[in-house]
Amino acid sequence: MDAIIIENVSKSYGEALAVADVSLSIRVGELFGLIGPDGAGKTTLFKILVTLLLPDAGRATVVGRDVVRDYKDLRQRVGYMPGRFSLYPDLSVQENLAFFATVFGTTIRQNYHLIQEIYSQLEPFKNRRAGQLSGGMKQKLALCCALIHKPEVLFLDEPTTGVDAVSRKEFWDMLRKLNERGLTTLVSTPYMDEADRCDRIAFMQTGRVLAVDQPSVITNRFRKPLFAVRAADTYRLIQDLRQAPFTESCYSFGEFLHLTVRSGGVTDLQIGQYLLDKNHRNIEIQPIQPGIEDTFMALMNQPEPTA
Amino acid sequence: MNRIRYMVEKEIRQLRRNPVLLRIMLVAPIMQLILLSYAANYEVKNLNIAVVDGDHTTYSQRLVGKFRYLTNFNMTGYLPNDKQARQTLLAGNADLVLVIPPHFERDLEKEGRAAVQLLLNAIDGSKAGIANGYATVIIRDFNADILAETRTVTPGAVQKLDVQNQYWYNPRLEYKTFMVPGVLFELLLLVGGLVSALNLVREKEIGTMEQLNVTPIRKHEFILGKSIPFVLIGVVLFTVGLLLGRFLFQIPMEGSIVLMYLFALLFLILCVGLGLLISTMAENQQQALFVAFFLLVLFILLSGLFAATENMPDWAQWLNAVNPLKYIIEVGRNVMLKGSTFADVSGQFFTLAGMAVGLLVLASWRYRKTV
Repeated sequence: MDAIIIENVSKSYGEALAVADVSLSIRVGELFGLIGPDGAGKTTLFKILVTLLLPDAGRATVVGRDVVRDYKDLRQRVGYMPGRFSLYPDLSVQENLAFFATVFGTTIRQNYHLIQEIYSQLEPFKNRRAGQLSGGMKQKLALCCALIHKPEVLFLDEPTTGVDAVSRKEFWDMLRKLNERGLTTLVSTPYMDEADRCDRIAFMQTGRVLAVDQPSVITNRFRKPLFAVRAADTYRLIQDLRQAPFTESCYSFGEFLHLTVRSGGVTDLQIGQYLLDKNHRNIEIQPIQPGIEDTFMALMNQPEPTA
Repeated sequence: MNRIRYMVEKEIRQLRRNPVLLRIMLVAPIMQLILLSYAANYEVKNLNIAVVDGDHTTYSQRLVGKFRYLTNFNMTGYLPNDKQARQTLLAGNADLVLVIPPHFERDLEKEGRAAVQLLLNAIDGSKAGIANGYATVIIRDFNADILAETRTVTPGAVQKLDVQNQYWYNPRLEYKTFMVPGVLFELLLLVGGLVSALNLVREKEIGTMEQLNVTPIRKHEFILGKSIPFVLIGVVLFTVGLLLGRFLFQIPMEGSIVLMYLFALLFLILCVGLGLLISTMAENQQQALFVAFFLLVLFILLSGLFAATENMPDWAQWLNAVNPLKYIIEVGRNVMLKGSTFADVSGQFFTLAGMAVGLLVLASWRYRKTV
C-alpha cells in the first residue's frame, strides 16, 4: 500500500481555488518532489496532508490513516517542517529540540540515533538561541525537531527557500541519507534544479498536477527540438526570435535563450541565417538536451486539459 | 501531565529570556497602583473664586469673608460687574464667581430673603459639582448665622437641627483607601487578560502554533500550559500589591486574606480566559492589542473604579452586568474595608465563576474552529 494516497482533493479559500482535484500516490520509501512556482497550491496540499486544513472535497490517507478521521493518530506519525521557520527564537537549540521531543512524549536520548548526523553539526551551538542561527542551521534544527519523534512520513514544505547554495546541497544530501534509511519523504520546492534529486516528481501549477513521473522520464517527454541561443543584444534577440515563423517558444535561461522550434522545422544554420538577416552579432547557437525547467515551461503552456 | 509541566517550564523560560517584558509586567502595574492611588483624588482644593459685590454692605462682606478663610477656596479678588465676571470665567482665571446683587442686605432685612448668583466653570463637570456643593454649604451656613442673629430676642427659640456625618468603613474619607482595592484588580486584568492574549497571538505569528497543532498535544494541555504562568505572575503581582496597600497606604484589611486570594485566583482565571478568547479572534498582535485595549478601557471606566456605578444611566448598568471588573472591585472593597465574609460576596463569586467558565468554554470552542 502506498504511503500517501490523495484522491480528488480540492480546497479553496473563498473564491480562490488553491488545490483543484488533485490525485497522487506516493510509495513507501520514496523521496517525492512537489515542484511548482509560488502560489501553485503546494503549501495548501501539505497542510491538508498533515491535518492542519480540512479538504473541501476528496479524501487523502497517510500511512493508511485518513487525514480527517484519524487526525489524532496521524499527528504522532508524521513529521512536518513548514516553509517558514516555526520554532521558538528565544529558546536555545537544545531547548527547542527537548520541547518538541516532550510534546511528542519522547526524549532526545531515546531517538538521538535518528538525528545524530544532523544534530552533530548543531551541537557546537546547542546553547545558542534559535533566532540567532544562520539560515542553514535553522533548517537543520527544524529538520531535527521534525524527526525527533521518529515519524513514518516526513513532510518538508520548501525547506531550501532562502538558503544558500552550499547549504541547499547539504540539505538534499541529508534528505537522501534519511531516505535511504527508509523514510518516506514528500518535499516541495520552487527550484527546478532540485527536482533531479527526487525519485519522482509532480509538477504543480495553479492548484493542478500537470505531470507525475521520474525526473528523467518527464524530461524525455519533451520531444521538440531545443536550442540555446546567444547574441550581443539579448533584448532584441528575444523580440526577434519570438516573432520568427519557426518559433514555438523562447525563454531566457541565464545568459542563453532557450528556443523551442516547431517539429520538423529548422536547423541551427537556418536560425543563424535568420538572425544574421536581422543584424545580430556574436551569434552562438547549439542544440541542447531539455532540462526540468524546459519541461515545466512547456507543460505550463499546454492548454488546460478539458474534462 | 508531563506535557503541561513542560509547557509551563517553557513559558517561564521564555519569559525570563525577555527581561524587558518581565520588568514591564511586574514593575509597571505596581507603578500604576502607586500613581493612581495617590493621584486619583476627588478632593477639590484651590478653587479660584472671584466676587462681584454689587451691595458693599456688612452682610455682603461677611458672606465673602466666609469663602476667604477656607483652604478650598482661593480668593482672586473683586470684579466690578457681570461682564467682567464672564470674561474672567472665559479666560479660566476663576472657577466660580459669586455675584451679590445690589440691595442684598436691604432685601434680607426687609423681606427676609435675598438672592445671590454663582457662576461656575463647568468644563470639568465633577469639579464644578463639587465647587457648587462647597459653596452651597457655605451660603447655607451664612444663612443660619444671620437667621440666628435676627431672632436673638428670644434666646433658644431657634430650633437648629445639627447633622453630624460619620463615614463608616472609611472614616476619614481617604481616597487611597477607596482606590487601592480597585486598582489592584484592574492590574490583574491587565496582566491576565492583555499580556496573555498577546503571548498567545505571538505563537500564531511566529508559526509555532501551527507547529504545535501537528503534534499530539491536547487542547487542554496547550491551554493550561499557556494559562498557568500568567496566573502565577498575577498572584505574585497581587501579593506585592496587597503588601503595598497594607504598608505603604495603610489600607485596612478587615476581611479574610484567604478570601481575597480565592477571588484573585478566580479573577485571574477569568482574565486568562478572556485573553485566550481574544487570541483566537485575532491574527496578529496589533489586532489583539486593539480588541483587548477596547475591552479594558470599557471595563475600567464602567467598573466603578472612578465613578459610582449606581449613578450611571440604565444602559451602562446593564452593560455592567457582564463587567467582571465591577464585581471584583465590589468584592475587594467590601472584603478589605468592611470585612465581608464569603456569604456576603457569594453572589459576586458565582457570577464571576460563571463568567470564567463561559469564557473558557467559548475560547476552547473558538480555538478548535481556528485549527
